[in-house]
Amino acid sequence: MIPSKFDYVRPKSVDEAVAALKAGGEDSKVIAGGQSMLPLLRLRLAAPSVLVDCARIDEMKGIKDNGDSVTIGAASTHWDVMNSDIVKTHVKLLADATATVADPQIRHRGTFGGALAHGDPAGDLPAVVLALDATLEIAGSKGRRQVAAKDFFLDYFTTAVGPDEILVSITIPKLGKGWGTCYEKFNRSANGWAVVGVAAAVKVDGGKITEARIALTNCAAIPVRASSVESALKGVAVSASEIEKASQSAADGTRATSDLAADKEYREHLMRVITARAVSCAAGV
Amino acid sequence: MTKVSITVDGVLHESEVEPRTLLVHYLREQVGKVGTVVGCDTSSCGACTILLDGRSAKSCSVLAVQADGSSVTTIEGLAGDEWHPVQAAFKECHGLQCGYCTPGMVLSAVDLLSENPNPSEAEIREGLEGNLCRCTGYHNIVKSVALAAQTMKGGKK
Repeated sequence: MIPSKFDYVRPKSVDEAVAALKAGGEDSKVIAGGQSMLPLLRLRLAAPSVLVDCARIDEMKGIKDNGDSVTIGAASTHWDVMNSDIVKTHVKLLADATATVADPQIRHRGTFGGALAHGDPAGDLPAVVLALDATLEIAGSKGRRQVAAKDFFLDYFTTAVGPDEILVSITIPKLGKGWGTCYEKFNRSANGWAVVGVAAAVKVDGGKITEARIALTNCAAIPVRASSVESALKGVAVSASEIEKASQSAADGTRATSDLAADKEYREHLMRVITARAVSCAAGV
Repeated sequence: MTKVSITVDGVLHESEVEPRTLLVHYLREQVGKVGTVVGCDTSSCGACTILLDGRSAKSCSVLAVQADGSSVTTIEGLAGDEWHPVQAAFKECHGLQCGYCTPGMVLSAVDLLSENPNPSEAEIREGLEGNLCRCTGYHNIVKSVALAAQTMKGGKK
């Protein structure tokens, strides 16, 4: 299918991009890798008047080690992220989850920021930034603002990024000593979307879990923290049976939908099973 | 119309395109590289895979304007005087049935082997997860890539 007509601009800076979005009005759209946008354009589910290509804005690329955190330019491709030594060393959960996104061709083109700003409830990376308490920098005509991951995802395909705003970078705090992480994804085909995905980070001290951060993919309109499992895991011995017990409340606070891949009840069952697997893996069981 | 300069199989093309032109349509209709085929047209099947600046990409999911200044290798530009070792291995192992997925399979395999010159069977299957063969001829495709890996050892990557 051929997309409907649009104008195309390729600004060189974030300021130019914001100005182009504003000038384009409410039907202007940001494109970077285009791996979510192109399917929408071809199916004519999106018909923007202007596409603002941010893929070549220097400020939106690159991965930086800040000492206690890592900042990733929003236009870094999945390929850049999963192969970055900084990410592999300090934000392993993100490297691992990114390696499961789609397939190699799409990982070469698709961007980290694009996957977040697209806000697909089945996308893997929103749960990762939620679990790791990331901060997202958004630029608009009124300047820059920092938004916590918990306030970034608002609804299906809807995020805190306004119509004339751009996601510029994502800063993820490092976890430090004693933490282990794991992204566990349940899907039906090699490059399929997650039916349920679980991003887990667990701190272990003296054979016990002292802190846990768990976020769920595709269990509501937005990624959600499994807060009751996080509480239940505190002080629990690092054993498969104890972790399984604590994971029984994984579906609390979720709003699972039924679709062709799984009905609500089955999806809730998967949340408990996949959470236990992700936590066990993160805790080294 | 927007001006683009794209090097396709080693030849620089300066063209005017509509911004909505997909790279696969540009390659087929403006440059004449009909070896690159349109399969599913929904980013799923990988039949339209090309190398964009050396890395595999689905040309139905890239706008021609996004490839401005880039270098594209299609299946037509892969062979030199002789077939590329991956092409030769596909022939040797009968790595194709109807042949429609083959251009994309071959280019994905080239990309995979440039990254991992000695893949296990599982790594080959995973590396080709973005390419579908509707004949379900995966077994011989995997054998072809394994053979290509062997023949390319110490040689051209």
